[in-house]
Amino acid sequence: MSDIILDVHNLSIDYRTSRGALKALRKVNLQVPKGKIVGIVGESGCGKSTLISAIINLLAPNATVSEGGVKFQDDDLLALTNNQMQHIRGNRFSMIFQDPMTSLNPVISIGTQMVDIQYRDKVSKSAKLDKAAMMLDRVGIPDSQSRLALYPHEFSGGMLQRIAIAMALLVEPDLLIADEPTTALDATLEVQIIHRLKELQASQGCSILFISHHLGVIAELCDEVVVMYAGEVVEQGSVRDIFHRPSHPYTQKLLECDPARIVDKTRDLPTIFGNLPDLVAVPQGCIFADRCEFASSHCHRLRPSRTVVEEGHTANCHLLSKEGVVHA
Amino acid sequence: MTATTTKLVATMPDFSFLRVISKSLIRLCHEPLGLLGLVLVTLIVSSAVFASWLVPYDPVAMDIMHRLAPPSFEHWLGTDQLGRDVFSRVLMGGQVALKVALSAIALALGFGLLLGLIAGYGPRWLDNIIVTLFDTVRSFPTIIFALAVVTLTGPSLTTIILVVVITSIPIYGRVVRTQTQALRAQEFILAERAMGASVPRILFIHMLPNVIGQLLILASMDVPIVITIEAGLSFLGLGIQPPTPSWGTILNDGYSFIRNTPWLIIAGGLPLILSTLGFTFLGESLRDIFDPKLRKDI
Amino acid sequence: MWFFLLKRCCLAVLIVLLAVTALYLMIHAIPGDPASIILGPRATEEMKAALAVKMGLDQPVYIQLLTFFGDVIQGNLGFDVFSQRPVTEIIMEQLPYTLILILTSISWAAAIGIPLGCYSAIYQNSLFDKVSAVLSVGTIAIPSFVVAIYGLLIFSVSLQWLPAIGAGNDGDFWDQAEHLILPSLAVGLGWVGYISRLVRSSMLETLSANHVRTARAFGLPERVIIFRYSLRIAILPTITLLGVGIGYLLSGALFAEIVFARPGIGKLIFDAVSTRNYPIVMGSVLVTTVLFVIATTLADFINAVFDPRIRTHA
Repeated sequence: MSDIILDVHNLSIDYRTSRGALKALRKVNLQVPKGKIVGIVGESGCGKSTLISAIINLLAPNATVSEGGVKFQDDDLLALTNNQMQHIRGNRFSMIFQDPMTSLNPVISIGTQMVDIQYRDKVSKSAKLDKAAMMLDRVGIPDSQSRLALYPHEFSGGMLQRIAIAMALLVEPDLLIADEPTTALDATLEVQIIHRLKELQASQGCSILFISHHLGVIAELCDEVVVMYAGEVVEQGSVRDIFHRPSHPYTQKLLECDPARIVDKTRDLPTIFGNLPDLVAVPQGCIFADRCEFASSHCHRLRPSRTVVEEGHTANCHLLSKEGVVHA
Repeated sequence: MTATTTKLVATMPDFSFLRVISKSLIRLCHEPLGLLGLVLVTLIVSSAVFASWLVPYDPVAMDIMHRLAPPSFEHWLGTDQLGRDVFSRVLMGGQVALKVALSAIALALGFGLLLGLIAGYGPRWLDNIIVTLFDTVRSFPTIIFALAVVTLTGPSLTTIILVVVITSIPIYGRVVRTQTQALRAQEFILAERAMGASVPRILFIHMLPNVIGQLLILASMDVPIVITIEAGLSFLGLGIQPPTPSWGTILNDGYSFIRNTPWLIIAGGLPLILSTLGFTFLGESLRDIFDPKLRKDI
Repeated sequence: MWFFLLKRCCLAVLIVLLAVTALYLMIHAIPGDPASIILGPRATEEMKAALAVKMGLDQPVYIQLLTFFGDVIQGNLGFDVFSQRPVTEIIMEQLPYTLILILTSISWAAAIGIPLGCYSAIYQNSLFDKVSAVLSVGTIAIPSFVVAIYGLLIFSVSLQWLPAIGAGNDGDFWDQAEHLILPSLAVGLGWVGYISRLVRSSMLETLSANHVRTARAFGLPERVIIFRYSLRIAILPTITLLGVGIGYLLSGALFAEIVFARPGIGKLIFDAVSTRNYPIVMGSVLVTTVLFVIATTLADFINAVFDPRIRTHA
């Protein structure tokens, strides 16, 4: 088995809509190496959620994969049958979802839900309960043994997200996919959860694919970062590369707009002018050209290809091919 | 202010009536069940409207010599125990059923609208009282309520209409109340209130257009229910009184002679089934087209 | 949870009180005093006065009402005008027949309707779903008394497979069961449609919920997802519907009892209405209203048992 645990290659996904095919993802490439944490960052509507649905093979009924594939360890996920896929889900990889308040079953106790997901293990129910309690302890839920009998609505949002993390790690996955797991939480909790997740990842040795629009969280947690914009990957590299040498104009703008990075007192928060392009009629040139202050006519006509900025750091921008790093 | 105005314009429904009607007709025709409903309803309504011209015989004229005659060329659906032509009675019965349905629903809709607006827009205590009254009315099974009223007032057309009106007011009232409560918190209403608009102006210029569509759909789905109540009461002998024909009384006649004359039962029941089916299919298709979220609390 | 139940019960009692008061006042609002109607045209003034005193009609209406409620609390619903037997006794004789009919009807309707709705939701937009949707609307639209009469015509009169009238001989289980088939077909048929449509729509809603996606993402078997994770939630509105629907069930039962000449509360009310037997009418309406209120409260209670959210929050 190679070092790459998850390999998304050239993945394109369309949604059938009344206006025509909406090209939600276009030729997306990304890899998650073994034992690493890879972050995907981008604003809402950039295709993060579609990408995740494709990876766990739970795409909406009106979505079709028009190109490319997803390789997980040695399996081509998109070619698997439902049964084969069910065998992988919650076993070799597991998920943490965005909204902890609605992602657990409201009428089944936490303990029962945590026992249910261990249905593959041939051990007694009490052993499964013990394992669940132990896992709750590890994510920092005190008095875990007695809380197993409680129902989701009896916990706070932060507690529920810890429970969701406990559930995801309970099955000892090789890959953990976390879809904006901290968005619904307040800032202090967010930091706690991130640290807990990092500790647990280190002790279990799994890989994590972490989706967020929050740059601070990505910087804190991840080893590598993939920047997505309007259904395309525009830049990827190590956290250091992306945060210290952002090479795509979009990444640069994104970093400028991060409130945490604003040093000077200002009345107006920086924004990126313009809107996301229409994904039913995708512009033929660079996807960011309309909003890019450096865009030339060349950028509007021709789609940029992946350009290596340095070892392990690539960006899709015409400006790079000649002048190297763009300076704002 | 401009923002408020655009919002206001956006929430006002499009009142070019003919266009709405032609558009919905076209969409109805694309759905097999909606089309079936439309055809059945058109057939029933037109036969009821033109019943007086269509009937081959006087529906109350007796002909004792030809009593309980099986269907024949002269009497398409045979005759009843008094020798009256069943086909003519079925046609006129349809007219009676639709008259009851239309007048009762119109009244119930009016009262329901009024009470719902008051409950939704008025003070809290009034709302509580009205809702409790609605719940009380709902706690009587319709037929049993009807029976109680009939004991008191005696059977008549007015009694049926009264019963239907009282039992259906809560259905409309609840929808109007919920809608009104949802609307009163919305920006354009708040803006109107801030500008000092009078309560009747708010209720009738702004609330009414927003609830009337839902009410009409509810009303169209209520037609089969009312027809059923009328037929049911008349079947029990507590509704339309002889000699006025009603599908219910025809069924009752048939029930009395069930061992000899099955055509009476078939003649009374089939138009009832066809019209309830027709109105239900039509009403549901209209709901699916205009307001898929509206679900009726049975 | 207990506070919630208490609140529900208070509201229930209030509704019963309101309903009975309304009915009582209506009886007294109509022209002609009950005593003359009961005794008929040939009664003397003395006879009328004596009966009026016996029935308490000489008292002001509010005293009569209070006396009536006082009697009701003691289980005394007055006396049958004709036989002079206690109304409570008569109702208690008839009630079991109606309850058995209602329970049988709703049980078979639920036994078919729930799987039908479930299957339609899982295979949404399939041919099965579409056919079952049309059938559901169809069964809802056909009035129950028409089903009763047509059932009588087809199965009893024409085919002679099933008995036409009565409730069967006491103590003979198979005879009674045989007499239940047609009435419960008439009462239950529409409910198959109601239940399957409701289960379908709430099942669709549940299956698209976030927590079901979580269950799928953990690779839980589809069987577990449907039965343990979804149906448990999707069934809740159906239970509420059954509680509220008891009124419709009673209406259906009334027609079935009349068409099949079956003893029961519906037939009792109908006969009492035809003879203007007020105590029986009052008593039966009171009992049916109480039944309605019990059924809705029971439905809320069952909902609370199934749904931990109600248990702690309400």
